[in-house]
Amino acid sequence: MSKPLNPTGRVPTSLVSGRTKLKMNVIMVIVLAFYIFSSYMTNASVLRFDQAFFTNVWNMVIQLFPPNWAYASIVWEKLLETLKMALVATTIAGILCIPFSLLAANNIVQNKFLYNFIKMFLNIMRTIPELILAVVFVGLFGIGIFPGILALIIFSLGILAKLISETVESIDMNPLEAIRASGGNTIQVIWYAVVPQVLPQFVSFTLYVFEINVRASVVLGFVGAGGIGLILRQQLNFLSYQNVSTIIVITFVVVVVIDYISNKLRRELV
Amino acid sequence: MNINIPPKPQKNSLKILRNIVISIGLAVLYVWTFATIEVPWGRIFSERTLINIDRVIPKLFSPDFTFASKVMDYMMETLFIAFAGSFMAAILAVPFGFLAASNINSNPVFNTIGKWILNADRTFPEILLALIFVVAIGPGAFAGVLAIAIHSVGMLGKLYSEVIESIDMNVVEAMEANGANKIQIFFYGIIPQVIPEFMSYAIYRFEIDVRASTILGIIGAGGIGTLLVISSRNRNWDEVGMILLVIIVFVSIIDYISSAIRKRIV
Amino acid sequence: MIELKDLSLVYPNGTQGLKDVNVKINDGEFVVIVGLSGAGKSTFIRSINRLVTPTSGDLLIDNENILDYRGKDLRNLRTKVGMIFQNYNLVKRSTVMKNVISGRLGHTGTLKSILNLYSKEDMALAYESLKRVNIENKIYSRADQLSGGQQQRVSIARVLTQQPKVVLADEPVASLDPPTSHQVMKYLKKINQEDNITTIVNLHFIDMAMEYADRIIGMRAGEIVFDGPASEVNEQTFEEIYGRPIKEDDIRGGKEDVETP
Repeated sequence: MSKPLNPTGRVPTSLVSGRTKLKMNVIMVIVLAFYIFSSYMTNASVLRFDQAFFTNVWNMVIQLFPPNWAYASIVWEKLLETLKMALVATTIAGILCIPFSLLAANNIVQNKFLYNFIKMFLNIMRTIPELILAVVFVGLFGIGIFPGILALIIFSLGILAKLISETVESIDMNPLEAIRASGGNTIQVIWYAVVPQVLPQFVSFTLYVFEINVRASVVLGFVGAGGIGLILRQQLNFLSYQNVSTIIVITFVVVVVIDYISNKLRRELV
Repeated sequence: MNINIPPKPQKNSLKILRNIVISIGLAVLYVWTFATIEVPWGRIFSERTLINIDRVIPKLFSPDFTFASKVMDYMMETLFIAFAGSFMAAILAVPFGFLAASNINSNPVFNTIGKWILNADRTFPEILLALIFVVAIGPGAFAGVLAIAIHSVGMLGKLYSEVIESIDMNVVEAMEANGANKIQIFFYGIIPQVIPEFMSYAIYRFEIDVRASTILGIIGAGGIGTLLVISSRNRNWDEVGMILLVIIVFVSIIDYISSAIRKRIV
Repeated sequence: MIELKDLSLVYPNGTQGLKDVNVKINDGEFVVIVGLSGAGKSTFIRSINRLVTPTSGDLLIDNENILDYRGKDLRNLRTKVGMIFQNYNLVKRSTVMKNVISGRLGHTGTLKSILNLYSKEDMALAYESLKRVNIENKIYSRADQLSGGQQQRVSIARVLTQQPKVVLADEPVASLDPPTSHQVMKYLKKINQEDNITTIVNLHFIDMAMEYADRIIGMRAGEIVFDGPASEVNEQTFEEIYGRPIKEDDIRGGKEDVETP
């Protein structure tokens, strides 16, 4: 015969221990409470999703159609400018990131102070979004593509140097020892043992940052830093919604195509 | 010594042709880009720029601390926007994640549609969404929350679907064998496997959204960007310095806390 | 001639790598250093090309103390001392030829080496080295497409291209199977005899040490506990060096495969 299931007579009341359950519940209540508070403070509670809201959004959406294709030629011209900005910024950031990513790799730089300093510098650089940098640079250099390119360079330099320094940190150190043992100097060690191990990732990450820069440069024009964002904001202010949808559709297609090509290239590289 | 030169490498002529085409293509692209890009160098390297830099840079680095409390208020608003947006996205992304996960949703048509929606959503910048909402429903933080929420669904949905695709399906099979129904399998077999990663990704997304929310105010969708535009238009660079400082500090702290929590969860 | 006088090395964490080592190694000798892992074999040979720096004593190569070498002198020393590693240490993504020519780096200017401007003689030398280890047909293969034994042969070719006077080999066969191990040791021995290159090899397989060495040095806890010609060594000597009975792991066994050119 089967034994009694619970010899001590105690029956478990829950599937998880009481402490775990309490902890989960407390966390859930806090998160939920903070959400309700946040939505109250931002005036974004679920009550805002009333009929008026949907009517407003719907009215806007129907005005976007059909796109005004006569406006496309102006869009193309500005979009090209946008892509050029992204290309120039990515190229310059790609070159500038080389010393930074070597200095931010703890297997290359033995000096702890220098390493931490560069790491911190790069971290700070990445905390400021490019659009905010663009606002500051527009103030410094005036309206135009130059402040936009500068903002893109600084922001992408931060990302690129971080990604590549991590790659450098993960390389096989044995070949470095071999080159050093055969009498190579520091530059030769980097060129013969580090570069071949890092190059595919370097190209891949640079392409990835190019994708990011294309998307970012689309909106730089909102603050007067060049590119297609300029006419987008302008047409919205003029309430020319059909021109707006032309801009959005063309930009969207171009961004998707660039992402697709870049993804394909990157998959072949690594 | 008898000099014996190594043989020339034998290369596929198609490969050589491909490399030549790529090189020429890149060269043309770069020459064209740099030749046609219109940067008004004359204006940039003018005396005015020098005066600007001379005037602006020192002020940027001596932030106006009397302005700090106002900046803090707006930074808090930024955090609220990011949190409300991320929270909504973390919930909304769940159905999309399941729709796009090929092991759960075996209908290839819906599966592809789900993946496409998420891809398209990720490509659409949040600031552009915010701009559209500002026009549709008026300026304010609500437009910002909506933009953050909708844009974040794209990335979270994709990450969720990858988590779902990597779960141990044997558990699901075992439960099916037990006679559990689909809803029971969902709550007992699938959810426990994916919850830690879902939470970890949601927190990660919040981290990104804090950064993204700082710019929303630039186009009138609330948060610290609102102040930035005013201060930079009024050329109060010591105020701009204060704003930048607060952003750097807050974003760094949130990044740090977020990665500490994520390390504990997974 | 390599001469170690009262050589000691203490690592920053307090580990004693070498302890009062006194040894003289003559030109053209084939010396095998045996000992358990952690006995200081690796520290011994890495001191000779100064990949590690002893903390006291003298290390003379051709009557010059190399311990105070820095910068240019140090690189110059390293061009004369080739090294072979347990894990081959090739750049896996580079071609065999690029790996082999990197043996010439110490003799080539920085700019020239970055632009791949090597003289005809250097290229010929690299190719000749590949031929000597019978791997010239893989010249333009990527290093990661080669088997372990082939990679180790490429690393021998890299050392040959360096035209060294001394070759150091740190556990060169530890990652290889028995037949390949014998093949690699045979190549090392062949170079040693043909070019009269002083060769110092770390091994922990006693049968291989007895088969290939002219002279065996036994180490334990950073000290030299045996030094004598290979002919005088038997299993008991090893038990004394290791301080424990011989185990199966200490013997490599096997014979060389039929050479596949």
